[in-house]
Amino acid sequence: MNVTKTFVATAALSLVTGLVIAEEMTIVSWGGAYSKSQLNAYHNPYSAKTGVTILNDDSSSTAVAKLRAMNEANNVTWDVVDVEAGPAMQLCDEGLAMVIDPDTMLAPAPDGTSAADDFGDMLVSECFIPQIVYSTTFGYRTDLVGSTAPTSVCDVFNTAAYPGKRSLFSVPINTMEWALLCDGVAKTDIYDVLETPEGQDQALAKLDTIKDDVIWVSSGSDTPQLLADGEVIMGATYNGRLFALIEEQKQPVAMIWDGQVMDLDGWIIPTGLSPERQARALDFIMFATDTQRLADQAKWISYGPARASSAPLVGKHAELGIEMGPHMPTAPENLERAFLMNYGFWADYRDDLDAKFQAWLAK
Amino acid sequence: MAALTVISRKPLSFVFCSMAILGAFAGLLIGMALNVAPLGLICGAVLSVGLSFVVLSVMDNEKIARWGLLAFWSVCGLFSFGLAGGLAGILWGWFFGWFVFWLFEGRYRARLQPYLSPKQVLWHFSFRVICGAIFTYLITPIIVVMPLSFNSQDFFTFTPEMLQFDPAGYSLKHYKDFLNNNEWQRSFKNSLMIAPIATIISVCLGTLAAIGLSQSHVPFKRLIMALLISPMIVPLIISATGMFFFYASVGNFLENSLGIDKNFVGYVKVVLAHSVLGIPFVIITVTATLVGFDNSLTRAAANMGADPITTFFKVQMPLILPGVISGGLFAFITSFDEVVVIMFVGSASQKTLPWQMFTGLREQISPTILAVATILVVFSIVLLATLELLRRRSEKLRGLSPI
Amino acid sequence: MSASSYTAPILAADGTPLKKSLSRALRQQKRRALMLIAPLLIFIFVAFIMPIVSMLFRSVENDIVANTLPQTVMALQSWDAETGELPGEDVYAAFASDIKIAAKAKIHTKVGLRLNYEQSGIASLFKKTARKAKKWDMETGGPFKEKLIGVHKNWGKTEIWQTLKIHSSRYTTGYFLNAIDMRKTAMGPQRQAEDKQILLLLFQRTLIMSLVITGSCILLGYPVAWLLANVPVRQANLLLILVLLPFWTSLLVRTSAWKVMLQQQGVINDLLVQLGMVADGARLVMINNQTGTIVAMTHILLPFMILPMYSVMQTIPPTYLRAAKSLGATDWTAFWRVYFPQTVPGIGAGSILVFILAIGYYITPEIVGGTKGVFISNRIAYSILKSLNWGLGAALATILLVAVLILYWAYDKMVGIDNVKLGG
Repeated sequence: MNVTKTFVATAALSLVTGLVIAEEMTIVSWGGAYSKSQLNAYHNPYSAKTGVTILNDDSSSTAVAKLRAMNEANNVTWDVVDVEAGPAMQLCDEGLAMVIDPDTMLAPAPDGTSAADDFGDMLVSECFIPQIVYSTTFGYRTDLVGSTAPTSVCDVFNTAAYPGKRSLFSVPINTMEWALLCDGVAKTDIYDVLETPEGQDQALAKLDTIKDDVIWVSSGSDTPQLLADGEVIMGATYNGRLFALIEEQKQPVAMIWDGQVMDLDGWIIPTGLSPERQARALDFIMFATDTQRLADQAKWISYGPARASSAPLVGKHAELGIEMGPHMPTAPENLERAFLMNYGFWADYRDDLDAKFQAWLAK
Repeated sequence: MAALTVISRKPLSFVFCSMAILGAFAGLLIGMALNVAPLGLICGAVLSVGLSFVVLSVMDNEKIARWGLLAFWSVCGLFSFGLAGGLAGILWGWFFGWFVFWLFEGRYRARLQPYLSPKQVLWHFSFRVICGAIFTYLITPIIVVMPLSFNSQDFFTFTPEMLQFDPAGYSLKHYKDFLNNNEWQRSFKNSLMIAPIATIISVCLGTLAAIGLSQSHVPFKRLIMALLISPMIVPLIISATGMFFFYASVGNFLENSLGIDKNFVGYVKVVLAHSVLGIPFVIITVTATLVGFDNSLTRAAANMGADPITTFFKVQMPLILPGVISGGLFAFITSFDEVVVIMFVGSASQKTLPWQMFTGLREQISPTILAVATILVVFSIVLLATLELLRRRSEKLRGLSPI
Repeated sequence: MSASSYTAPILAADGTPLKKSLSRALRQQKRRALMLIAPLLIFIFVAFIMPIVSMLFRSVENDIVANTLPQTVMALQSWDAETGELPGEDVYAAFASDIKIAAKAKIHTKVGLRLNYEQSGIASLFKKTARKAKKWDMETGGPFKEKLIGVHKNWGKTEIWQTLKIHSSRYTTGYFLNAIDMRKTAMGPQRQAEDKQILLLLFQRTLIMSLVITGSCILLGYPVAWLLANVPVRQANLLLILVLLPFWTSLLVRTSAWKVMLQQQGVINDLLVQLGMVADGARLVMINNQTGTIVAMTHILLPFMILPMYSVMQTIPPTYLRAAKSLGATDWTAFWRVYFPQTVPGIGAGSILVFILAIGYYITPEIVGGTKGVFISNRIAYSILKSLNWGLGAALATILLVAVLILYWAYDKMVGIDNVKLGG
């Protein structure tokens, strides 16, 4: 029958193409503008240099679950995976990510500083090779907030001065920290307070004061859309999204850097790869995380390179010609108002707090 | 039926009353927008009755009167609310002219049974208005995305420029993005490859099984039916995770033991997963067609010496073809619009259109997905038209004349 | 016919007794039917039923604790969890030995994560302990009770050991208890802390919202189906395209379209403000709540209601209504007593389809549902994709699936599933 013919034909065709493509690797990332920046800074130069075809899989948002399932099924199809630091630590703990030795597997800085020293504190897990520093922060509509623009993260909780809707991520991470911070808890004490049931109640009580004014969102693209529509007057999202909204889309939006929560995004290599694939993945990592490459990525998106030696090399945006330095979360004037996330705390308390948070949301 | 009803002119009092209500309603809407609701109501009613009087009693020439109304209302709209108002005025003027003569000449009775009471006639038309509202509810979201796909900005928002019909507010860039972007192109091709093959598998297996199920003595018929329909009733997220493990081991077996190319195995996995999801629709539609199937036809064919295969292809198949096709279309769209299972079972090289749309929506809201949707709607219209033509053809085949 | 033919068996043409011949024919027919069904049945069974069942099996499976910490589990058996006293040195020593072996094999964090679902903090406790335990000498390093408490004060609390003991069995009801807002404790199953109760509420919401969606689909679908069945076929087919068009537009696109329509700066609100029906400052909130989910999902599922209703109504002769009216029935009586009862199978078929599809929906509520308009499926997806608590996800899924199956069974008993038709 025709079906069999089609099948045989397709089979033959893909076998042939399979032979033609000599080497292929699957890199998992987030998609959208972020993948585009990686494509320009890493993938294209790497393909040009080695002839390896790179396939993009936009699955980073569910990477941990899928990687765990792949590992269990003994069928890991990914070669390099882009994840945030928290999930990377979890993957490392579960033995799903390979341990990286920064001295032998990563390139040293041009001046000879070892990779371990160059990355410094950014190496938060032994399996994780940081790539960028990003932050979750607030943007606001300049035309909808009245005459005095908000300057502090606590203005989000000030519905009297800034009436209107605001958007927040519907997860406890970051949200509960901000609530405590604006309820008078000192930055250094936040996680100690959040560990206790009373502290958790305190954070939720603070959030109760704005609950009716919040649109809860689940992905990084929601807030920019809501801001562009004028649906919210301020909202939380990643700083790169806000940069695109302000500088590329020319929307009447500005940023509050205050209380920005910094986080890292980077690569891991899954365990269970064949030796050839693992060697290929390591080779890619070595190439893609060197000083110049990390600086190159900042030409396409406003996330700070994770290497100290890359910072001086950050130049202008490749298309807009804007000096990128001041738009980085790591720029000195932005950095001093930042807030550092405690990964260990969230590894322990995420499930518990999430249950509480969702129960609170649903009420 | 239609020709039986003789229509006659209706009394002017009835026409004026109806027109007053219509005018009052329209006037109220405009009046509310301008914050002078009571004034709008009265003005609307008066203006409407006045115009009706002029066209019905003074002019008494339908053609000229209707053109006149069109011109009057569009000029009114143009001067009061600008270009958009002018357009609305043309539509309203056309409707006004049509409606006033429809009432006056009694045309509304033309297609109805002559014995209907006025109340029944009123209900008849109110019912149609209700249905019209429901159809509007069904269609509006699709109509709304079409202009947005020509947005010159990267958001799902009607910009002020778009609302003023300023050409600067419109652009084809999202269509260009779809046509030039490799990711979109690859996923579109994947969808076009995976969906038909999955459909063929579900249709073949599904039709066979439906024929088996429709025989009179099938043991455990209910249980079998339940099992075959199960892919439809199990929530997708459960199916997706469950199938992931199964297809991963199928993949391992094909790749490692049989040495088949990785990419090809990837497609096989996705195609199989999607054909499973499509099967319930084929079973349901084909079983339904077979309920009305006259089994003596196959016996007659066998009696005249046809073997079972000939009987199937020459007698049974042509008659159940509409069911098979509509089941196949359901299966096709299931695969073509499936986003949960593919994200688990597929890998990057099998990325389909819905998957690409999903990441597009999550990672970067861009009207490119609306451009794709618009293209697909046009594509669906073509498909549906084909289905309709096929249906008419099969009616002819069966000797049923169209009513 | 002679009298003898009543006693002698009736013979078929080839001389065999007719009864035998008939039953052979019947057997053959059955075999042929089964052979036609077999390929698909096997396919579905292998490619769908088995994977689903093995997925659902995870809801009771719990061998990770017993496999990773075998000596501890053995030693804990003799410890009475309810006394409030800490276990003896033997348990501590067994645990130290287990965690050392597990740390060497790098599997200690998995069991830590598993137990962290039950009690927050165990994940880091295990990680910290394993790091230290790697260096311990099992022969001479004791006593381990002091040593472990020295590593972290929590080892001196009975709660940790209770959790370990409760969740050490190879099969557990724990996930199912969690799925209904309860938890396993030393004193048997107990209610979950009040501020963590959410799942029962979500089940209830899913049920109520699915019912509302089904109800509004009936309300909106019935007139349309009636119209389709009562206009000439060609017109009906054109109208049918209007029904099928949204059905064939991508779900994601339709959901986004509803977002554009319903939001506060959206098309509907803009229109209402323009018309002066709503003040600019008091725009309606129609999205990110239950209204949004209900409006969008009714739209998405409406074709599934219209099509089966339409195919049933097509078969009802219009003469019945006319007959009823000519016998003196009012319009309403004729409809309610004559027409409506005949359409019940269509309503039933449509309702079961819509309800089953609605109850398992996940993407649309995620996008338009906000916090109050989400379904239990969103929680299943969260457990599976984000918190990686597959046991809980599977337990929730099992409960949902059982509910759907009961409905399906009831429907099949009352109406029969072969009455469900989609179009034509």
